[in-house]
Amino acid sequence: MKALTENGVTANESVTPAPPTKRKSGFWKSVVQQKYLYLMSLPFVIWVFIFSYLPLWGWTMAFQNYKPAKSFGEQKWVGLDNFKELFSDDRFYLVLRNTLAMSGLGLVFGFVVPILFAVLLNELKGSLFKRTVQTVSYLPHFVSWVVVGGLVYKMLAIEGGGVNDLLLWLNIIDEPIQFMAQPKMFWGIVTVSDLWKETGWNAIIYLAAITGIDKELYEAAKVDGAGRIKQMFHITLPGIRTTITVLLIMSIGHMVSTGFEKQFQLTNSLLTDYSEVLDLYALNYGIKIARFSYGTAISMFTSVVSVILLLIANGVSKKLTKESIM
Amino acid sequence: MAAKAFELKKSERAFDIFLYIFLGIVMIVTLYPFLNVLAISFNDSTDTVRGGITIWPREWTLDNYKRIFSYTGLIQGFKVSVMRTVVGTLLGLISASMLAFTLSRPEFRARKLFSYFLILTMYFSGGMVPAYILMRDLNLIGTFWIYVLPGAVSAFNVFIIRSFMDGLPFALQESAKLDGANDFKIFYKIILPLCKPVLATVTLFLAVGQWNEWFTTYLYNGNKSHLTTLQYELMKVLATTNQGSGMTNSNDLANQMAQVSPESIKMAITIVVTVPILVVYPFLQKYFVSGMTLGAVKA
Repeated sequence: MKALTENGVTANESVTPAPPTKRKSGFWKSVVQQKYLYLMSLPFVIWVFIFSYLPLWGWTMAFQNYKPAKSFGEQKWVGLDNFKELFSDDRFYLVLRNTLAMSGLGLVFGFVVPILFAVLLNELKGSLFKRTVQTVSYLPHFVSWVVVGGLVYKMLAIEGGGVNDLLLWLNIIDEPIQFMAQPKMFWGIVTVSDLWKETGWNAIIYLAAITGIDKELYEAAKVDGAGRIKQMFHITLPGIRTTITVLLIMSIGHMVSTGFEKQFQLTNSLLTDYSEVLDLYALNYGIKIARFSYGTAISMFTSVVSVILLLIANGVSKKLTKESIM
Repeated sequence: MAAKAFELKKSERAFDIFLYIFLGIVMIVTLYPFLNVLAISFNDSTDTVRGGITIWPREWTLDNYKRIFSYTGLIQGFKVSVMRTVVGTLLGLISASMLAFTLSRPEFRARKLFSYFLILTMYFSGGMVPAYILMRDLNLIGTFWIYVLPGAVSAFNVFIIRSFMDGLPFALQESAKLDGANDFKIFYKIILPLCKPVLATVTLFLAVGQWNEWFTTYLYNGNKSHLTTLQYELMKVLATTNQGSGMTNSNDLANQMAQVSPESIKMAITIVVTVPILVVYPFLQKYFVSGMTLGAVKA
């Protein structure tokens, strides 16, 4: 009995686990002892279960012909029919192409540009100008895609749009371009809008990583006669390699679930063939016309593919650079 | 030698000039759309049609703002947006700080289990349709609660706060424990006051997230006029000529207003939606920068 109490006390103060023979009683004892910790965490864990894990149960709908009015037991099971239909739908491949194209562009540019921005910004050593640029660069991150959508339409307008006015003034074009009526331009517009919105924000982490680089490395390089551009390539960039790898893995994992907000806010009826992404497809062909089973099949496809991509990216990176997130 | 040093200096100077010009352009490109919209929102609406407004109004007026504030939908949307921002932020703060505290206690038995349980949510989601069905089954559609309940626990915020707590001296908690304080007391008497910087960060993330969110309104509450948010009202007004989002409804008040002088109205509402956040974020900059860094290190 004495040993048990002692054991309880030590377990409470250090990470030492209880000896396996008395595990069960040790467990209940620790629950009582840590009742406040359980009270403070369990309700939220249940919350997470309801809102994040319970929807996974909804994946069963993908194998049913789900009818909202019926209970679970009464639903008709259809096997893989929904997936067969999905994979034989031409629209699906169009949507998949759009998703991969836009997330691929976003991955490449949305990844490279913030690194360049951070490295360049770092060259302005602690000046007022640097702080001003930084503060301004965060600004677009804090406004919604609704607002950004409005701004993009305004900037690209034929009459009084900043971009057309500038191009006309520079004599690059003779008459204004109807940017938002050209399906082929949509991927580019989405990519640039996203860069405009998030570059400053995404550079934060790189800037922080750069401040962690040993200052003596720069001093040594200077002695060796390396200019600042050389230092950027030989010290700054290698110095933040770990950060770069980790963020790359994460963004690959988010490739197919890249979101739909920007596409939703920037598109119009002329552009849907180039703007519809998987989530919007699920919205338009799943929820809006109440084909819930079909929509679930789309959602499931998206989730599974993104987890697979994440695992692949993580595994490849582990092999190549010994960096991984899991 | 001297010549080489001089050469180096010259190229350094050129690099500096390039940096200032380049980053200056970046700053202009970032700011111009906002300044342009601001100028138009204060410019006489018939004059705006003539075009050529850049960053300064030609004919100053407050009429655009007077007009949008006489539109009840906007006032209503403003109220709901403020409500969901306040309630959602509070809920998010309470849940994230409590969870973070328990997960930062090395002796907590369920620590590992709960941590993995949370981390997983950052990498997968059931998707839009199962979420929709769940909201329907929980009877949250068409209620205010759908804005604040589903997202109340965010793993990302939990881990930001936890990594901050991990950096606090553990001796503080130990001595309080010896004095007989229970875990909850240690949490709100000792730990929470020390966490102000990271709580400021998370507050900003939560508040901005709530304020900017529009899809929930669009998907679930669009037909409930007493539950629409400011973002949604802006969306409706913008959609009148963008023809985006397929949200055109000719009986809509927003639509009729936009017919009068679409450009100016749109710009004024854009400013109203944007300003609250723009006033706040520069002051929290040092907090969110460190918060993002903490989150990245852990995640």
